[in-house]
Amino acid sequence: MSDNNKTVVDIDRSVYDIKDVENEQDFYRMEDGFTEDIVRKISEEKHDPEWMKEFRLNSLKLYNELEMPDWGPDTDELDMNLISSYVRSKTDMKGKWEDVPEDIKNTFERLGIPEAERESLAGVGAQYDSELVYHNVKDEVADQGVVYTDMESALTGEYADMVHEYFMKLVPPTDHKYAALHGAVWSGGSFVYVPKGVKVDIPLQSYFRLNAAGAGQFEHTLIIVDEGADLHFIEGCSAPKYNVANLHAGCVELFVKKNARLRYSTIENWSKNMYNLNTKRALVEEGARMEWVSGSFGSHTSYLYPMTILKGDHSTMEYTGITFAGKGQNLDTGAKVVHQGKYTSSLISTKSISKSGGIGTYRSSVIINKEAKHAKTSVSCDSLMLDSISRADTIPGMDIRTDDADVGHEAKIGRISDEAVFYLMSRGLSEEDARAMIVSGFANPVSKELPLEYAVEMNNLIKLEMSGG
Amino acid sequence: MSEQSLLQVSGLSSAVEDLPILHDINLTIKAGETHVLMGPNGAGKSTLGYTLMGNPHYKVTGGSIIFDGQDITNDSPDKRAKAGMFLSFQNPLEVPGISLGSFIRNAYHEQTGKPVKLLQYKKQLAEAMDLLTMDGSYADRDLNVGFSGGEKKKAEILQMLMLNPKLAILDETDSGLDVDAVRTVSKGIQEYQKKKDGALLIITHSTKILEALHVDYTHVLVKGHIVTTGDGSLVEEINEHGFEKYVRCEGCDGCSPLK
Ligand SMILES: Nc1ncnc2c1ncn2[C@@H]1O[C@H](COP(=O)(O)OP(=O)(O)O)[C@@H](O)[C@H]1O
Ligand SMILES: [Mg+2]
Repeated sequence: MSDNNKTVVDIDRSVYDIKDVENEQDFYRMEDGFTEDIVRKISEEKHDPEWMKEFRLNSLKLYNELEMPDWGPDTDELDMNLISSYVRSKTDMKGKWEDVPEDIKNTFERLGIPEAERESLAGVGAQYDSELVYHNVKDEVADQGVVYTDMESALTGEYADMVHEYFMKLVPPTDHKYAALHGAVWSGGSFVYVPKGVKVDIPLQSYFRLNAAGAGQFEHTLIIVDEGADLHFIEGCSAPKYNVANLHAGCVELFVKKNARLRYSTIENWSKNMYNLNTKRALVEEGARMEWVSGSFGSHTSYLYPMTILKGDHSTMEYTGITFAGKGQNLDTGAKVVHQGKYTSSLISTKSISKSGGIGTYRSSVIINKEAKHAKTSVSCDSLMLDSISRADTIPGMDIRTDDADVGHEAKIGRISDEAVFYLMSRGLSEEDARAMIVSGFANPVSKELPLEYAVEMNNLIKLEMSGG
Repeated sequence: MSEQSLLQVSGLSSAVEDLPILHDINLTIKAGETHVLMGPNGAGKSTLGYTLMGNPHYKVTGGSIIFDGQDITNDSPDKRAKAGMFLSFQNPLEVPGISLGSFIRNAYHEQTGKPVKLLQYKKQLAEAMDLLTMDGSYADRDLNVGFSGGEKKKAEILQMLMLNPKLAILDETDSGLDVDAVRTVSKGIQEYQKKKDGALLIITHSTKILEALHVDYTHVLVKGHIVTTGDGSLVEEINEHGFEKYVRCEGCDGCSPLK
């Protein structure tokens, strides 16, 4: 295991005093949906600068005007009133540990999550704050001039102007209904700025920041990697996150400047009641490189298509992703890339596993614009169905507008082979282990892209999903 | 029906997809013995291997399999493996994302139930690979993925040597191998036979692989029946004269489902 993981394991847990739940006012009236009143209140509590208050209110207007997406999995069961009340009054909506579903409690147990963190991770306890670890990392990278802070502090801190300049410019609230909602009620998240030429040699992990109020719900991540700089950012953790309100509409905006490199790794494991409608986007300048590694587990329904805009000439991107859709899950994931600059190249490779009636849909979109001379793209998606009641679909989209593009595409949908299971069993593996081994092997191209401790977590998650009915 | 027999197959019949293949097979193998099974294509040789190993597609419709004193007729393949049975597949399967080395370690751990001593294991693996003239880098390659026919067979014998079963069933391990590869694989088998006193059931069409081995019994399987059993010299005879004389029930186009 790497050193940065060790710091997580070794820290003295006693520093996490359970804080008082923030003294939030209760609203005497329950209104339907989101109102201006609610948004003003959020803005006030957060001591937003004036422009942010206006930004939130404009976003709210857009939210009320925009239609729900009319494609992809349906979101009928999404209760916006519940979410509205949750945002309005966290104290009331906070669940009890007893209400946390058994499967989540079991997962904590089996993943070996420390007791102290469980309630907070489950979203029912008081805020658990890993301030110490966070500050250590923050100080370490600060020596290199790197800014790593929470979004709220960034809004008023030294880099306030930069935040103002970039905030929701890549994913504007006009983008879609949930982006508008995010703009209105966002809370928590990380801000990272890596100055020119700085190579950050430890991965920064949002794990430490996920426990801020409202984070993990509508959190905003803004990362700017300046010219020639290099960063690996890791989002999420394998612990399932349970929220009373069942919507996650986060937003991630990544700016990769000239000749810089950003690797953004994610493991998401939302509770099985969650609608995960997350928007992630990267803008990649000349000669820069964007790398995505993404593992999507959990959630009831997911819409997740990280998008990369290869703006500068010779910019490149690589996306490696895996999705595991189990019982009752409909995971619609994929990647989007827009080639704008000349000699840009993209490599998308995804794996999707479906089991026990789960639906995994791979949806991709590759757009190569007229200007993107000599662009190169290669897309491969590989689906594995573990039984006959599960579904795997691929919906690859390609829009190529230049005639000298180099385009490759490959899609495979398969079932787990009984003969392969028998082969492994004939060497002494139980049926369950044999299946898990085949699935881990299938996922291996993704896990080997992850830092060791996350790869181990992912394999544990796969085993858990495989053993669960 | 001696007490100390390792494998005792009595009146075994099996079917695949409701189609009866094996009929009333009787076979006794004692510890350390080497048996050869011959027969024309489609006779049911692989089916016997699969049925013994417990492939769920091959249903036992009659009879029993006693292995090392236990009735394993209805046991799952992993239980049989743990009891000490091994099958070298005629067509080994490819499993992407799992390296040969870590797979064997996994299987070894499953079978012994003890944690694997890494250094000792690595040394053992290197020695076995050396014996089979396999490049050490194969341990890091995905299990059988992109292996040539011969490499796959060597990988099977490697697994046999590492897992050290009581009975190894080798299903045409020599088919499709060049002379050198057959000799190499044969060395692996000798090692298993001599040093570990392992019992063998070798399914083969050729004598090459048997040259350096002592064969105790030869069985001929035709249309799902064992039609004759002899000693090692039977192999030579069949090689000269073929199976013609053993193809019984002239004019019979296969056996109808037995009552
Ligand atoms: N999985 C299967 N599905 C259908 N038929 C099978 C299957 N396996 C074997 N058979 C049939 O059983 C018979 C014996 O096959 P097999 O045991 O492979 O013969 P051998 O190994 O002696 O060449 C053949 O007629 C073959 O077609
Ligand atoms: Mg055969």
